[in-house]
Amino acid sequence: MKERHLFLLQRLSAIFLAPLVVLHLVVIMIAVRNGLSAEEILNRTQGNYFWGGFYVLFVVSVSIHAPIGIRNVLREWTAIPKTQVNQICIFLAVIFLMSGLRAVAAVI
Amino acid sequence: MPTNNSNSEQTAKQEMLEVRVWRGQGQGQLKPYQVPLRKNQTVLDVITEIQRLQAPDLSYRFSCRVGVCGSCAMTVNGKPRWTCRTHVSKVADEGVLTIEPLRNLPKIKDLVCDLAPFIDTWQKAGAVFKPTGTRYDAPAKVDPDSACRRAADASLQCINCAVCYSACDVVNWNKDYVGPAALNRAWTLLNDVRHDERAATLDKVFEDGGCGSCHSHGNCTRHCPIELSPSASIAGLKRTLFTGLPGK
Amino acid sequence: MTPLNKHQSYFAAIGHRFSGVLLSLFLPVHFLLLGTALEGEANFDRYLAFADNPLVKFAEWGLVILLSLHLFFGLRVLMLEFTSWPATKHLGKGENPMIRRWSSWVIPSVIASAFIGVIFLVQSF
Repeated sequence: MKERHLFLLQRLSAIFLAPLVVLHLVVIMIAVRNGLSAEEILNRTQGNYFWGGFYVLFVVSVSIHAPIGIRNVLREWTAIPKTQVNQICIFLAVIFLMSGLRAVAAVI
Repeated sequence: MPTNNSNSEQTAKQEMLEVRVWRGQGQGQLKPYQVPLRKNQTVLDVITEIQRLQAPDLSYRFSCRVGVCGSCAMTVNGKPRWTCRTHVSKVADEGVLTIEPLRNLPKIKDLVCDLAPFIDTWQKAGAVFKPTGTRYDAPAKVDPDSACRRAADASLQCINCAVCYSACDVVNWNKDYVGPAALNRAWTLLNDVRHDERAATLDKVFEDGGCGSCHSHGNCTRHCPIELSPSASIAGLKRTLFTGLPGK
Repeated sequence: MTPLNKHQSYFAAIGHRFSGVLLSLFLPVHFLLLGTALEGEANFDRYLAFADNPLVKFAEWGLVILLSLHLFFGLRVLMLEFTSWPATKHLGKGENPMIRRWSSWVIPSVIASAFIGVIFLVQSF
């Protein structure tokens, strides 16, 4: 994968994430009223395809977006060699994707 | 001797400018000088006065003195500028002027820095013109109102003074980044119908250290002495990811 | 890494970067804790009760602000890069209007994020 592909993925995932983050923030504002409870959250999410799709899309986009961003920071601001930076970021992407999808599976 | 008296009286009244000039080879420090404050005095005038009358071993570069050649760029009170086109009255901070070589480039001696890394960025960014025609062909017809020609026109007339390169924070922390001037030039080539290697230029522009490294701080555009906008050119380069090569 | 100018677009870029890094650090924790719902509602409730702790609330409040800051600064980058700039030379006219436009986006972003933070606090207490 070339730099231009990473750049494109970074921007595309950002375009996807923008509306998702807005909705996420709105949900947070509504959900925190009267404290969080497992029942309240699970009632909203369990068996719900909309929220299922929403969170899967969110997790996938973040798993693309965040590691590429971290890669830029590490390459610009640290002396870590390029290959190692790439390995760190692939590792991060896998961690984000696995733990994120596990979390979605847990609440849907 | 009344004449002498009035002379020394004049000298006493003469307002002086405090000038701190970076001196040294590789390692160095700011050295203080005093220069009479005059009307309509440019920073380059001040440096020349120091060199002629106080420090004959002071090294600095200039050529045209009128903002055409781009060789007198230095850091004046923390900002990169053409010293020939900068009036002291505009930049002196409470009568103090600090003059250093351009940042982001290796220092050679005093106010002279090595421009080679800056010049090299042109090659790296693919900003090298390869004509479609030869000298035996008729000149290409370029419609002055075409989108490409207008986009190129807005970015032309860079004189390679390295002010933007020196102003760029990203170049400052990432020496792999080719910087605003080379990318600005690459953008004019992508919009030049006479350029034979547009696809190759576009490839190079997006390589490691290319336009993807720009964080749009806008320092290049803020400091360009002729008010070009490398920020706009770099944004144009990034947009090609979605739009492809600019149309003719 | 000394910046040349500490102008608004510098703070936008730096703020965008730091909020992004902090969010990335927090993300796996967020996912792992949500994943505890897999181990039964009781465990999940224990986590959520922990989330009611005022100190944790404070941290969450910080995350909400970081997320909205990153959103606004990110929108700024997308619009700055992907809307076209007028193809005109800017000779002797002072500060470039596009540079000014994208600088003036910064303070409203901070105010909007602070506002979202206030809503979060009002809602959760």
